[in-house]
Amino acid sequence: MAGVDSVTPAPAARPNPFARNWFVTVIWLLLAGYLVYSINALGLSWERISTGMGYAGNLLDKMFPPNFSRWELLLGGLVESLEIAVIASFVGIVVSLFLGLFAARNLMSGWISSPVRALIALCRTFHPVIIAILFVKSVGFGALAGILTLVVASIGFIAKLFAEAIEEISLKQVEAIRATGASFVSVVLFAVMPQVFSRFLGFSTYQLDSNLRNSTMVGIVGAGGLGGTLFSAFQRFDYDFVAAILIVIIALIMFGEFISNLVRRIFK
Amino acid sequence: MKTSTATPQTAIDHHWQRFTLSQKLSRYAVYLVLIMALVLSMQTVEVIPEFFYDAPEQMADMFSRMWPIDFAYYPVSVHDAMLETLNIATLGTLLTLIFAIPLALMNASNVVASPWCHWIARFFLVSSRSVNSLVWALLFVAIFGPSVIAGVLAIAFRSVGFVGKLLGEAIEEINMGPIEALTATGASWTAILLKGYWPQILPAFFSIVLFRWDINVRESAVLGLVGAGGIGVVLSDAMNLFEWQRVAMALLAIFVVVILAEILVVNIRKRLL
Repeated sequence: MAGVDSVTPAPAARPNPFARNWFVTVIWLLLAGYLVYSINALGLSWERISTGMGYAGNLLDKMFPPNFSRWELLLGGLVESLEIAVIASFVGIVVSLFLGLFAARNLMSGWISSPVRALIALCRTFHPVIIAILFVKSVGFGALAGILTLVVASIGFIAKLFAEAIEEISLKQVEAIRATGASFVSVVLFAVMPQVFSRFLGFSTYQLDSNLRNSTMVGIVGAGGLGGTLFSAFQRFDYDFVAAILIVIIALIMFGEFISNLVRRIFK
Repeated sequence: MKTSTATPQTAIDHHWQRFTLSQKLSRYAVYLVLIMALVLSMQTVEVIPEFFYDAPEQMADMFSRMWPIDFAYYPVSVHDAMLETLNIATLGTLLTLIFAIPLALMNASNVVASPWCHWIARFFLVSSRSVNSLVWALLFVAIFGPSVIAGVLAIAFRSVGFVGKLLGEAIEEINMGPIEALTATGASWTAILLKGYWPQILPAFFSIVLFRWDINVRESAVLGLVGAGGIGVVLSDAMNLFEWQRVAMALLAIFVVVILAEILVVNIRKRLL
């Protein structure tokens, strides 16, 4: 017995493996305090929510069954959304290719890359809807405003990622191609592009997917596509038509995800 | 390869090809479909070319109307609306967690083994992500009327898919050693969740939530356009009244807040990960 006692260490010496992380606890307490403050500040009350729940039942009642009788309108909006997404993705990707190249700090000097980076950051800061409003005001209602909006949104996203991808490349190959006396264009084509092409393709398919989603939304502020159909259906309280449009949007986005997965698998 | 080793007298094909024939064909098919889609869209899209040529002039006109920015308008209504926007984003992000954490657990194959659970979780996550936050806002405005609640719920419902998906992936990537050790001690499943899974996903959890909060700040700025509260209401009112200098003030406020939120989140995430 004495031998066993000498082997087991004193229980007090062992640190608690499940010690409380005070930093995280403080964060939780702060969040709880914030919750109380913000609910008061926004004037949220339970009555408001519970009366809303009654309306929610009402709304769902009106939404079902979905009404596909005006399918021509639905199809028109859908086709326009697709067109906006395809054109905007193409233009956005082409423009981003050049901007990404100019924004990469390992290929360009600072006085070129800094303003280009600032431009990309500016494109990314504003939500597509705000950009859409500005374009609707300047080029009028319709698909053109939607296309321009999504081009700007695409630049903000993929030009930044593309610049980052280029900054991570191995410079040995660049050096090797330069040593042969190649021009800058050849260096880009044969040393930079092969290293980043697959990643760039990944970003592009993601952006196509994302543009498809956004093309169904920019119509809410008048920039063409299915969003406009949806918004007018909402304003006329045609909730069964709203349900039909929502189903089509979800199907479209799932189809888009399927397509971009397929493309990614082919080019892997 | 097999034929060349079996019959060495036949010449080995030294011509190296990076891709097999079927890979090449499928790649060309993708290119072809993309080009066809592009050409078809270009031909059928309804764009009035005069509007396009006119665009730079119209843009210049709009920006000239925005100048000088009406800074006196900031204390009048922009400040309160901006705070409301931040509150909508934060509260929406917190509310999301209530739905996102259970769905993430259901979606993680190392927590719940049943494929039924995965399908149910995935259905909710995908439908949350497919519907845009503005559309969610339209739905909730139809339910609750134009109010802040609609904005908070729109943000929360839109974020569920994003947070749930990323959190589920983070849970799947953890080291199962501590979980096994806890199971061996006979710990209850709540103890396993809290002391086995939770400490391991903690950095990823805060990183994901902060990332989503950053996105939500941007999104909550536009929810007001459909009546769901925040700075968007000020923006759309000013725009409907053609008060372009006030529009510029609201846009500037959004710009500054979004940039600050992003800098904050980037710095915190750098320390977390």
